[in-house]
Amino acid sequence: MSGRGGCGPCWGLLLALVLALGALPWTQGAEQEHHDEIQGFQIVTFKWHHVQDPYIIALWVLVASLAKIVFHLSHKVTSVVPESALLIVLGLVLGGIVLAADHIASFTLTPTVFFFYLLPPIVLDAGYFMPNRLFFSNLGSILLYAVVGTVWNAATTGLSLYGVFLSGIMGELKIGLLDFLLFGSLIAAVDPVAVLAVFEEVHVNEVLFIIVFGESLLNDAVTVVLYNVFQSFVTLGGDKVTGVDCVKGIVSFFVVSLGGTLVGVVFAFLLSLVTRFTKHVRVIEPGFVFIISYLSYLTSEMLSLSSILAITFCGICCQKYVKANISEQSATTVRYTMKMLASGAETIIFMFLGISAVDPLIWTWNTAFVLLTLLFVSVFRAIGVVLQTWLLNRYRMVQLELIDQVVMSYGGLRGAVAFALVALLDGNKVKEKNLFVSTTIIVVFFTVIFQGLTIKPLVQWLKVKRSEHREPKLNEKLHGRAFDHILSAIEDISGQIGHNYLRDKWANFDRRFLSKLLMRQSAQKSRDRILNVFHELNLKDAISYVTEGERRGSLAFIRSPSTDNMVNVDFSTPRPSTVEASVSYLLRESASAVCLDMQSLEQRRRSVRDAEDVITHHTLQQYLYKPRQEYKHLYSRHVLSPSEDEKQDKEIFHRTMRKRLESFKSAKLGLGQSKKATKHKRERERAQKRRNSSVPNGKLPLDSPAYGLTLKERELELSDPEEAPDYYEAEKMSGGIEFLASVTKDTTSDSPAGIDNPVFSPDEDLAPSLLARVPPWLSPGEAVVPSQRARVQIPYSPGNFRRLAPFRLSNKSVDSFLLAEDGAEHPESTHM
Amino acid sequence: MGSSGSHATVIPDGDSIRRETGFSQASLLRLYHRFRALDRNKKGYLSRMDLQQIGALAVNPLGDRIIDSFFPDGSQRVDFSGFVRVLAHFRPVDEEEAGIRDPKQPEPLNSRMNKLRFAFQLYDLDRDGKISRHEMLQVLRLMVGVQVTEEQLESIADRTVQEADEDGDGAVSFLEFTKSLEKMNIEQKMSIRILK
Repeated sequence: MSGRGGCGPCWGLLLALVLALGALPWTQGAEQEHHDEIQGFQIVTFKWHHVQDPYIIALWVLVASLAKIVFHLSHKVTSVVPESALLIVLGLVLGGIVLAADHIASFTLTPTVFFFYLLPPIVLDAGYFMPNRLFFSNLGSILLYAVVGTVWNAATTGLSLYGVFLSGIMGELKIGLLDFLLFGSLIAAVDPVAVLAVFEEVHVNEVLFIIVFGESLLNDAVTVVLYNVFQSFVTLGGDKVTGVDCVKGIVSFFVVSLGGTLVGVVFAFLLSLVTRFTKHVRVIEPGFVFIISYLSYLTSEMLSLSSILAITFCGICCQKYVKANISEQSATTVRYTMKMLASGAETIIFMFLGISAVDPLIWTWNTAFVLLTLLFVSVFRAIGVVLQTWLLNRYRMVQLELIDQVVMSYGGLRGAVAFALVALLDGNKVKEKNLFVSTTIIVVFFTVIFQGLTIKPLVQWLKVKRSEHREPKLNEKLHGRAFDHILSAIEDISGQIGHNYLRDKWANFDRRFLSKLLMRQSAQKSRDRILNVFHELNLKDAISYVTEGERRGSLAFIRSPSTDNMVNVDFSTPRPSTVEASVSYLLRESASAVCLDMQSLEQRRRSVRDAEDVITHHTLQQYLYKPRQEYKHLYSRHVLSPSEDEKQDKEIFHRTMRKRLESFKSAKLGLGQSKKATKHKRERERAQKRRNSSVPNGKLPLDSPAYGLTLKERELELSDPEEAPDYYEAEKMSGGIEFLASVTKDTTSDSPAGIDNPVFSPDEDLAPSLLARVPPWLSPGEAVVPSQRARVQIPYSPGNFRRLAPFRLSNKSVDSFLLAEDGAEHPESTHM
Repeated sequence: MGSSGSHATVIPDGDSIRRETGFSQASLLRLYHRFRALDRNKKGYLSRMDLQQIGALAVNPLGDRIIDSFFPDGSQRVDFSGFVRVLAHFRPVDEEEAGIRDPKQPEPLNSRMNKLRFAFQLYDLDRDGKISRHEMLQVLRLMVGVQVTEEQLESIADRTVQEADEDGDGAVSFLEFTKSLEKMNIEQKMSIRILK
């Protein structure tokens, strides 16, 4: 136990807090008597009762949060025991202490608090961060598990218990068939809170995760309907239930589920619409997200529809538009607040589940009933999963294998929803309420603690195949990663996820109507990913440029205005900026050096090689692009993943688009390629001369026809004519950089003349060092445009030369082709 | 889950394609629907443009190279049998099937060798049967983030080639390529579960 030392004081603090909580009611009483006696004005008064309720709530939240800190002091514990289980145990302990001090269980998880305040943040969080594509791809399976699975669980559990009851093992109980079915319906539902809490720590594949997770969210409608139906049946009395009531029950299922969904969608629409107009009230933007979603929850609760469905779908539907509409800061605020609320609510729920269990009044023990419930719940869940999966696998493209089924059955955790529902039961009508309550608590604790504890080892054990662990060779690592990329590309091509047709239709509808209605104009525009990419890259370059300058100790490079100095920088010297590079150079040097003592040379090479190996592995490990399966993060309540993935996407996207654009152009322009190539070469040289002659004043001769052509190309790609005027500006400004840079570039490298394969050859251009270069025609108007001077100097920041060359194009880029070509076609143009 | 689509669809040359690729009737039908969905103008073949429409490929570092592998020898279109033939490389290797295979028959497309060959040709752009240092560097550039400097990349490429290069010609032949990956479970790593 590494964190033992740190735990002691914290536990002490916790105990003190708890004792204070227990002791407060007494002091309150004493204080009140005291208060009555004193007359006249008092400077300081002790008004405990005045703040009692919020105070206690705040203290509990504090205790729960502190407990979380304590748990995470020791990684060993949290990696083995799920946090939810720890919290329940903590709750039990705290409940015990309070009980010992107070002699009554004063704090329990009441259904009102749970349903109105604790559950909505968790479900909203789940909806708002739902991986939509994954969710809708598997919607069919999710619905089957959620609807049929839950009904199956409820019916089989209730009926089996009733059957056993008839056999008399349970002894005398005042329960009828309907009570059993009612109990079955509330214990049947897999709990979203518990599932998330446990599955978050078990890393299963995304399909499996979304099915269990989605099921737990969507089964709410079924649970609510079954619960309400059987409750009203119990109230009516078994003999008065008619067939009409049963039909009504089935109808109400559709009304409740579809109605809840509809409410969610309507509020999502409202929310998106509202955020469209919050431009001038940025500060309260995040508030809308929470308030309107919460209203959707309350509205459907008011209409007795499925509130969980409502808020889930509100989150799912609004996420796209809201994220596009609100400002970046607001988006961050929403993200963090949502995670904080959800995480906090979850903590409180589990702790209070523990605390609530410590109440002698609710406990009624019936061994047979409890054990049989546990047995039936687990067994029928497994049977149900196997049956449904068998059915599904006949239609699914991604088969759910036996291992998946085991995890799904085992992951059917029950949680606070069941507890809150059972606590809602009317003790007058349901005679054995306490038995139900105690059994539910046992089932919840068993599933969360025992199954939660064992599911991780189970998952690991089932995937025992990959036991061999050795550092793979460089080739294996590189090619392995390449294979992953290949696979995901092939999956995309073969349309593995399916539903493409529907998705296409929806995307069309969304683009043509919904987005226009629900998104700001600016947001619609900035959705153009190419522009985003360039914007981001510009920002990054500017930042790294300044950082680099600062790292070097001064910002002198900003101050020196003379371009002459810059031109004199010798770029051909290798820049030993990184260890890797220097080692690599050392290696090459030693290999080429004339050395007669071959053995010592070999020795030296080997040691250098080993060192380099380590570094290379490290570099690869760190910077290889991750394949989609790894980086597309799943929903996680606690972890806000940074935008690493987006960054990667942008980099690759940018690269790909640039390449395609070039091959597209070369295909378009290169009708007679061999002839063209030589022509290009000649022209480039000529253009070069022109540029060289204009170096001193740093101005690029611009001829409008060339840019007209460029503009046309750009429109072809972006089809965003509104941006056009800005591009002229950007173009003009970056022009200077472009040719300045190409002066040095041209001397060092010459492209292979002639393009054999229009798609392959641009590769060379796409070196990561040149990646940051974005063709000027892609520059968005609002991109960060450094001052003229800064621009001129950016490419020459000595430490970061390659990275910081976003504003120029390589000499092979089509733009310079166009420029050169144009010059040749108009020999009379002014700048010649 | 959608087994939608008309069952009356007749795949041209369905039987011979099936024999060649080993796909089941159902998968083939599904792929045929996919093929037709990708084919925007109902041309009966796919162009590069059609495949480039797939958004996810634009953020796949090897996406364009894979698209290119659908168009061998500089052709500009791929018909359904060509399309399926490429995808067939990724069919999972069936243990039983491999056991009873007639040795006289040509190796199935999804054999280990063919899977590796598919990957190899993504590297070997000039089709000379060797991955040169230059070609290795190009792939690395595609696959590694911009944080890595050119020098680092070059040294990585050097190391990778050296590691696999056995005959010291400074390039990786297909034989060397397979050797360097012999410990890897290619059959599993280069298969897609759904492509049965």
